[in-house]
Amino acid sequence: MSVDAPARDLVRVRGLTIRYGDTAALSDVSLSIREHEIFGIIGPAGSGKTSFLRALNRMDEFTPAMTVDGAVEFDGKNVRDWRNAYALRSRIGVVFPLPVGLPMTIYDNVALSPRLRGIRRRSELDEIVERCLTRAALWDEVKDRLDSLGSLLSGGQQQRLTIARALSQEPQLLLLDEFSIAVDPVTTMRIEDVLKELKQEVTIVLVTNLVQQARRLADRTAFFLMGEFVELAETEQLFTGEVADPRTRDYVEGRFG
Amino acid sequence: MPGSRPHAEIDRRNADWYVDKLVQVTVFVSGVSAILFIIGIFVFVTIEGVGFIANTLDFGEFFGSPAWRPTSETKPTYGALALIVGTASVTGLAMLVAVPFSLGAAIFIGEFATGKVRETLKVLVELLAAIPSVVWGFIGLSIMNPLIIDVFNVPVGLSILNSGIILGLMAAPIMTTIAEDALKAVPDTYREAAEAMGATRWQVIFRVVLPAAKNGLVAAVLLGVGRGFGETMAVLMASGHSVNLPTSVFDSVRALTATIAAELGETAQGSDHYAALFTLGIFLFAITFLINLAADVVVRGIRKGK
Amino acid sequence: MFEATELNDRNRRAERLWRWLFGMMTGLLIVPVVLILGVLIVKGGPALSIDFLFTEPTDGMRAGGVFPALIGTIWLVAVALLVSVPIGVAAAVYLSEYAPDNWLTRLINLCIINLAGVPSIVHALFGVGAFVLFFKFGISILAASCTLAVLTLPVVIVATRESLQAVPQAFREACWNMGATRWQTIRRVVLPNSISGILTGVILEVSRTTGETAPIMFTGAVFLLPFLPQSVFDPTMAMSLHLFVVSTQVPGVPDELPYGVALVLIGMVLCMNALSIAFRVYLRGKKKW
Repeated sequence: MSVDAPARDLVRVRGLTIRYGDTAALSDVSLSIREHEIFGIIGPAGSGKTSFLRALNRMDEFTPAMTVDGAVEFDGKNVRDWRNAYALRSRIGVVFPLPVGLPMTIYDNVALSPRLRGIRRRSELDEIVERCLTRAALWDEVKDRLDSLGSLLSGGQQQRLTIARALSQEPQLLLLDEFSIAVDPVTTMRIEDVLKELKQEVTIVLVTNLVQQARRLADRTAFFLMGEFVELAETEQLFTGEVADPRTRDYVEGRFG
Repeated sequence: MPGSRPHAEIDRRNADWYVDKLVQVTVFVSGVSAILFIIGIFVFVTIEGVGFIANTLDFGEFFGSPAWRPTSETKPTYGALALIVGTASVTGLAMLVAVPFSLGAAIFIGEFATGKVRETLKVLVELLAAIPSVVWGFIGLSIMNPLIIDVFNVPVGLSILNSGIILGLMAAPIMTTIAEDALKAVPDTYREAAEAMGATRWQVIFRVVLPAAKNGLVAAVLLGVGRGFGETMAVLMASGHSVNLPTSVFDSVRALTATIAAELGETAQGSDHYAALFTLGIFLFAITFLINLAADVVVRGIRKGK
Repeated sequence: MFEATELNDRNRRAERLWRWLFGMMTGLLIVPVVLILGVLIVKGGPALSIDFLFTEPTDGMRAGGVFPALIGTIWLVAVALLVSVPIGVAAAVYLSEYAPDNWLTRLINLCIINLAGVPSIVHALFGVGAFVLFFKFGISILAASCTLAVLTLPVVIVATRESLQAVPQAFREACWNMGATRWQTIRRVVLPNSISGILTGVILEVSRTTGETAPIMFTGAVFLLPFLPQSVFDPTMAMSLHLFVVSTQVPGVPDELPYGVALVLIGMVLCMNALSIAFRVYLRGKKKW
């Protein structure tokens, strides 16, 4: 599949409104995410960025108080119409700011998703584990202790383990929610380089509160503010001030947030 | 790679989906089995007694007469009063013994004891709760019986006193555990707030902790009563087992449970006597069901109150 | 200043008094039981021997050992576990992992509480009516074990549910996010991390089942059998019932014999409980997250 082919929309969101109980966390968002782009979402805390991600793979089902209205289309099909929500989720990798290393060995953490897909051959699993851990910039630190518990790694390491796990799903769509929050700057840069490469294969939604990170990575960036979808633009435009809404310029230039 | 996923993989995920549904149905059925067993107990016990209740049983006699003579050749009578009084007196004495001591023990373990002492006591209480009832019965029969005869200079040691003490010792560990849980459920902030106002330890316990844990403590006592009510082997072996309206704690009595245990083996299935024993079973089932329900309602009251 | 000190002294004295009082009450609960266990050991000790465990009762149960009762108890417990553990664990999985918070779940919980609260003799009546007569198992190990299984089901359910719920929700969500089904999540993450807690509950259930007497009296256990059970459809002797029989039903039994039986029975039960407690303490020291 050539990168030069006309970009197709992988995700289409129409009139998305998310509420927790009676409080709206995000109202009336309509946007599209193109295949093979890095789609940045910026905005101050509590703007509904994370809620937006949860709606994409039907994670609202785990939160009884959370209700989602509007339509979310993934790969041309409304996510509500997937009878098998698990199949949907297996095609969407997620990394949350609070890392969760599962209480099994590091190897099993990364091999879990391939195993769920039915891959049994040890050599194949070995290859996937090494590739994913390398891409998540964790391989060098853990390659000699793959059989120690993933849940006992340091916070930053668990974060990268979570990224490796998401990659091991070989997802079509990768949702990253402030992935660098527990990771040191050098490692963050390494992962960012990997993300740029990954763009060839995966569509990435990058939620970040680091405006510069969005600038470095994202092709297009959306700005969410207090539950409102303010605007969406080519990242360069956003940072050169060619924006429609003055609030965006204020946020990008660091006047609030 | 994306968009070109092999179809076999999609199919496999569907297989997983069906497996998941299958498991969900299986565990659901197992969960519901608890309801089915309770209904089953009710139905199977009732079905054997219901004909007897409808045709033969005289309710006035059942609740009003102490004459339990089901094996009489001429005129069998089914007065359960003595059995009810027997059960009630033994359970009552047991609670008299067990309630203060187990609440005291719960307060000591929960509020005073710390570290190793506390852990050791908790383990001991748990081990006490594990002693089988037939062993308790044996203790009543072979250790308590001669002891009571010696100490009180009475002809028989198998009595309300004996089985009441035994039953009290049996029920105490359970009540202690539940009561201690109730005390533990009182948030530490309550204690700290009271201590900050200058209250002493026992003032904190009596004015703050106990009132806050009240419902849990009541539930503990109720469950202890239920336990005493339904206990069979210990009461059968330690109470003397004679149908009798007692006048003192040294009298022998017979309990509802013990009557079933002692006579079921000797009755013909389908006879009036057999059905009468099942009727006692229905009565026991109903009473313990009500006690447990009450305990549950009381415990629920705590959660709502907070 | 002076007054305050006096008050403090009084408070301290009162506090010591209360501590002493409650401590006494705790002691009064525990000491008699320890004494009683001591008497059991002193009186039953002489009866114990390898022979006692491995020979059959002789002379109308007035001499000999407890071998058939011991074997019978093992049969009863094993079959009861085979019935109750799968049902109990599955029910706990439902309650912890699937059950929504609705009236049905509350009803199930209420029934579990009641199942634990129904007198064991009523369970016996149920066993007679349902397993012996209705399902036509007859007086057999199968009928007795099924009765025991229903009786001890709450023990397994409650212990299992607790250890399942001790697994943090974040692990489940992480797994679901990778596209694992609920069952895959349970099998790969939840169960492996709660299996030791479940095992602790099962050991506790073994202890309970070993000591129960009333539920097996009319469903599968008999006073004396000249042979060992060959299948689950045979009746059997049992330790708990044997203690009842030798201490109440047989005249002229030498004193130390029932003490010996009681000691073996209580030894089995307490060993199981101690094992379960030790297991729990060991687990507490071995945190995985």
